[in-house]
Amino acid sequence: MYKILHAEFIAPGIKRFVIDAPRIARKQQPGQFVILRVYEEGERIPLTIEKSDPERGTINIVVQSIGKTTNLLNSLESGDGIRDIVGPLGRPSEIGKFGTVVVMGGGVGTAMAYPSAAALKRAGNRVITILGARSKDLVILEREMREVSDALMVTTDDGTYADKGFVTDKLRQLVENGTRIDLVLAVGPIPMMRAVADITRKENIRTMVSLNPIMIDGTGMCGGCRVLIDGKSEFACVDGPEFDAHRIDFAVLVQRNSMYRVAEQKSMGDFQLERESLLEKVHAEQAECALQGGGR
Amino acid sequence: MTQPAAKSPNPLSLKERMKVPRQPMPEQPPLLRVANFKEVNLGYSEDFARQEALRCLECAKAACVNDCPVGVKVKEFVQLIVAGNFMEAAAKIREDNVLPAITGRVCPQEDHCEGGCLMGKKVTPLGIGYLERFVADYEQRYMDPRNIKRASPSGKKVAIVGSGPSGLTAAGDLVQKGHEVHVFEALHELGGVLVYGIPEFRLPKQIIREQIDYMRAMGVQFETNVVVGKTVTISELMEEEGFDAVFIGTGAGSPLFMGIPGEHWNGVYSANEFLTRINLMHAYEFPKYDEPMLDFRGKDVAVIGGGNTALDAIRSALRLGAGKAYVIYRRSEAEMPARKEEVKHAKQEGIEFRVLTNPIEFLSDGKGWLSGVRCVRMELGEPDASGRRRPVPIEGSEFEVPLSVAVIAVGTSANPLIQSTTPGLATNKKNYIEADPMTQRTSRRGVFAGGDIVTGSATVILAMGAGRRAAKSIHEYLTAGTW
Repeated sequence: MYKILHAEFIAPGIKRFVIDAPRIARKQQPGQFVILRVYEEGERIPLTIEKSDPERGTINIVVQSIGKTTNLLNSLESGDGIRDIVGPLGRPSEIGKFGTVVVMGGGVGTAMAYPSAAALKRAGNRVITILGARSKDLVILEREMREVSDALMVTTDDGTYADKGFVTDKLRQLVENGTRIDLVLAVGPIPMMRAVADITRKENIRTMVSLNPIMIDGTGMCGGCRVLIDGKSEFACVDGPEFDAHRIDFAVLVQRNSMYRVAEQKSMGDFQLERESLLEKVHAEQAECALQGGGR
Repeated sequence: MTQPAAKSPNPLSLKERMKVPRQPMPEQPPLLRVANFKEVNLGYSEDFARQEALRCLECAKAACVNDCPVGVKVKEFVQLIVAGNFMEAAAKIREDNVLPAITGRVCPQEDHCEGGCLMGKKVTPLGIGYLERFVADYEQRYMDPRNIKRASPSGKKVAIVGSGPSGLTAAGDLVQKGHEVHVFEALHELGGVLVYGIPEFRLPKQIIREQIDYMRAMGVQFETNVVVGKTVTISELMEEEGFDAVFIGTGAGSPLFMGIPGEHWNGVYSANEFLTRINLMHAYEFPKYDEPMLDFRGKDVAVIGGGNTALDAIRSALRLGAGKAYVIYRRSEAEMPARKEEVKHAKQEGIEFRVLTNPIEFLSDGKGWLSGVRCVRMELGEPDASGRRRPVPIEGSEFEVPLSVAVIAVGTSANPLIQSTTPGLATNKKNYIEADPMTQRTSRRGVFAGGDIVTGSATVILAMGAGRRAAKSIHEYLTAGTW
């Protein structure tokens, strides 16, 4: 059992957790993720680590309510526990001195781009950050991102905050203005990352994106997270999660992510009906685990 | 043939023993069992066990013991069954095998103990696996965990990486020598391939849990959710966490795909993923468990491959409600590496074997979902490196099999997580860890390795044999202090 030390919504449906996980905190590097299982009957899902505090032995994750597992997770509070967390998994982001780097965060992807942006800044890059969200209240980590960026732009789809439009509009402007860009790092929904790749491919700008396909073990054992890179299978859990966006077959990525849509919708429907009783069950399991010494 | 030892409790003459038929294993009838995930074999009763044990010829040079990778004293434990001392029989097995309820179920006995049994040369071999299982289950039912003895502490600490068969065996042997043993497991559940790979109908999870609880009572400490190579490295375990020796038993790891077109269509699985979803994640119990599985009801499914993993996968698919279920294998049935009992069970359950057949392309419905597989017929040519006749495609023999799901079970390759994070650890050209076949020592002082991560995919019992040899040599290293 991994204890939640702090939990708060930072935007509607988006919650930040500070979790006691000393082994993971000690080793985490930007770009890496954990796989967690909320309770005994739960599924394993991958989530990127926002940051960690090796001294306190804590990691932060930022979770957006989408399906059953993320909704259940976001129903947990400080003092609750998470059954299993394993990590840090995946290769860390490549951090070096590239020159000018454009970091793009779409929605909750911003939390995943944040540690890499901070590390890229520390490595001496000029960091231009572009954040995007559907509307004003879903813009997250703007202050934190600003601290590690030389310039920061924000877009909202509906124009309720900053500039109306998409992050790709800003990227296109940078390109059209003749800004020299040495690297783009984009983390967000697949259509956003794909659109970024389309722009930078023409300009021959190296572009990395972080993928989040369906995963189970996260150690390269099951092969469920395979993605087509230059026509060959690679495993996002151990070869990624970051890949060169120009080499990714996005169509296959979208297709494979849809594999369990029917089951996922059923789970979500059941969850809405059984939320209270499920939470009771999760709390009972936590209490039992605590009685047994809270073992891992 | 030798005379039985004078002290034999067996009242039958050797001639009479030959006349006793091999006691059949009671099993769930095929039509019933294909609709559930419960264990197929139901186990011997006491009467069956005693009757079967009477068949042992008590050879002076017992091939069964020599052919056992962990050296279980078969003749002695069988004599104890004849005498009705089932708990003592269990203790006798435990001297050499810390996982008797598991090996009694999944060992390919025909390749080891039963393969060399003298009875088998004349009639049918002694049911050693069935007897081992009986004794282990009896022990579990009647033992008192308070009677499990703990050795006095040696003051040495050993880390075991991986809680599969080799790791558990090494842990069990080492803790009995008084060493402090910590087992690190990457997944949330203990047991490695026993848990994620072998289905409930062949090895119930409860059995694994009981065997692990027994090891806990012996003093073994377990930590789940630790991916050695990521969460902590071997060097950190030794330099920062005070481990005097490390045993690496991480298994074979990464699934091999075939490299043919269409492997990314929805509906094409690796056997590792398919079985992990079912076994570790309980996807067959969706929606009680959250891990989803495709709806298999009435869908045609094929597994590619002829090993135990392939049969576990296709038999699981059948239990999920599959319509037609095929095993597609490029060699002939004689070359199939699966246990004979599994092949028999699979056939009883109505699984169709399409041997001498090799897939060349997965086909799709145009919307990203698998719709079938194009295959080519094969014939056997000259023997290859494995000594088996090499399958060669027959030109112009291509044909298509309509399918909704295909499971690829053609083997695994070395998972590089530990090798790439452990300086000084030598590997071979396929990236498996180099270890001495007798001592299981690696190129790095204090680090030992065994099981599939050294040999490539093999069996539970061969991995256990390696764990046993490693434990012996770790103990020697810790006692002598010299490398």
